[in-house]
Amino acid sequence: MASLREGAPGTVTAGALRAERQALVTLRGVDKVYSNGVVALKGLGLTVREGEFLSLLGPSGCGKSTVLRLIAGLGEVSRGAIDWGDQRGAAPRRDIGFVFQDATLMPWASVFGNIYLPLRVRGMSRFEARSRVERAMDLVGLAGFGKAFPRELSGGMRMRVSIARALVAEPRILLMDEPFAALDEITRFRLNDDLLRLWASEGWTVVFVTHSVFESVYLSDRILVMSARPGRVFAEVSIEVPSRRDASFRNTSSYSEQCRVVSAHLAEAMQR
Amino acid sequence: MSVADDIPDGAEEAAALAARSRRDALYGFLARVVPPIVILIVVLAAWEIAVRVAKVPVYIVPGPIVILQTLVRDWSTLYPSLLVTLSITLGALALATVLGVAIAVLFAQSKWIELSLFPYAVILQVTPIVAIAPLIIIWVRDTTTALLICAWIVAFFPIVSNTTLGLNSTDHNLLHLLQLYGASRRQVFWILRLPSALPYFLGGLRISGGLALIGSVVAEFVAGSGGIQSGLAYRILEAGYQLQIPRMFAALFMITGTGIVIFIVLTAVSHFALHRWHESAVRREG
Repeated sequence: MASLREGAPGTVTAGALRAERQALVTLRGVDKVYSNGVVALKGLGLTVREGEFLSLLGPSGCGKSTVLRLIAGLGEVSRGAIDWGDQRGAAPRRDIGFVFQDATLMPWASVFGNIYLPLRVRGMSRFEARSRVERAMDLVGLAGFGKAFPRELSGGMRMRVSIARALVAEPRILLMDEPFAALDEITRFRLNDDLLRLWASEGWTVVFVTHSVFESVYLSDRILVMSARPGRVFAEVSIEVPSRRDASFRNTSSYSEQCRVVSAHLAEAMQR
Repeated sequence: MSVADDIPDGAEEAAALAARSRRDALYGFLARVVPPIVILIVVLAAWEIAVRVAKVPVYIVPGPIVILQTLVRDWSTLYPSLLVTLSITLGALALATVLGVAIAVLFAQSKWIELSLFPYAVILQVTPIVAIAPLIIIWVRDTTTALLICAWIVAFFPIVSNTTLGLNSTDHNLLHLLQLYGASRRQVFWILRLPSALPYFLGGLRISGGLALIGSVVAEFVAGSGGIQSGLAYRILEAGYQLQIPRMFAALFMITGTGIVIFIVLTAVSHFALHRWHESAVRREG
């Protein structure tokens, strides 16, 4: 097990609050070895708590995405275990939403058809699903775009469709694999804000993979800094927000101080 | 949740987009149709002038005007022949589509089935139809059926190979997503694999359309006077024996024209099916 450190800025009150939250999913001593012999993860342990926004931060190749895929049940652990709250063993797959780095939409289906996908798999008719799909479209700011096709939309809009698709199924946990990495900064900031707003109002649990220090500090309750070859958790930082977590947070000295701390951890992790 | 700035008003934007795409479609259509027609007129005129100036006899190379006259004069014999060739071509194409897609779907069920059977599809494809057509005509008593089989053999491979490729080219992340939602194999097939194979299938269909025509004409040639004696290829043979060269050209023009019409129809079908989403059918913005 890699060393776990508490972040430098005072985390007492909020940290204590979060500790009371129930564990939703726990990875214990997880190894992942791919069939080509690459050891992606070694002795990785982490807990995702109910309702938190957890970021996995690390250099490319540190196995962040592998962790998400394992949590999603898209692959077997080579050693160790993944425990879901009370029920042990197999992941409750239908309760997971996944957002990939690219929007991963069906190009032949309209925006409505794409968001409808998870409900369609569950056997819900288009008619039954309509109100839920429309609510999801409203939430991500896509109202009126139901008939558009993915190729008619910008990159940011496609990502909104992808997020709407993930949330229409009302997942217990939302897994996001560098969802905004391919977008320009302005669009990314806007989607960050929208994501935070949704997270606050919908009460999700989010596991967010990123390689951006600034993004992770802005969004997260807690950041796990990972190191590569083999992938493991190198440091843990709880993020403290002075007042409200919104755009003004970016301009505070607390934000830049915490970014500095996380960057230092990341730099150290990359030297190992 | 407030609507962010990067989102224009949905309905208005969509209407503007639609109007622009209609105008673009018209320009695109004219740009595609006018130049080839100009070339056609120039070539035909040059042909007619060359034949007249050089005084080439009609039984060597007839001019387009003579060919057109023959086409009108012999329409009563040529038109029924066109229908015969066309029905064999379309029958073979329909058969190739149904069986080709069915075989591709079978291949997509398991890598083992594909690996075991694909070589035989290749064998059927690489065997020259001219070489096996006589056998098929001997074996199959009914000549129309024999011709149909020949045309089908030529036409079905592009559909099988393209559709198989398409069924295997589904986006892996979309497959993961469906796995995550607990989709059954059937659902994965209908929701994901079949639609993503559509552009590949349509590409194969366009190739097969032309091949079905070639297959039926070749088979008819091989069947010759032992055949049903009524298709366009037979008219060409017959006119050749009688040295009615303008009629040969007239029949040839009809075959070519049929091929062009088949291509245009299949292209239109493909465009209609794909124009909203597939890169191949969407106009590129300059």
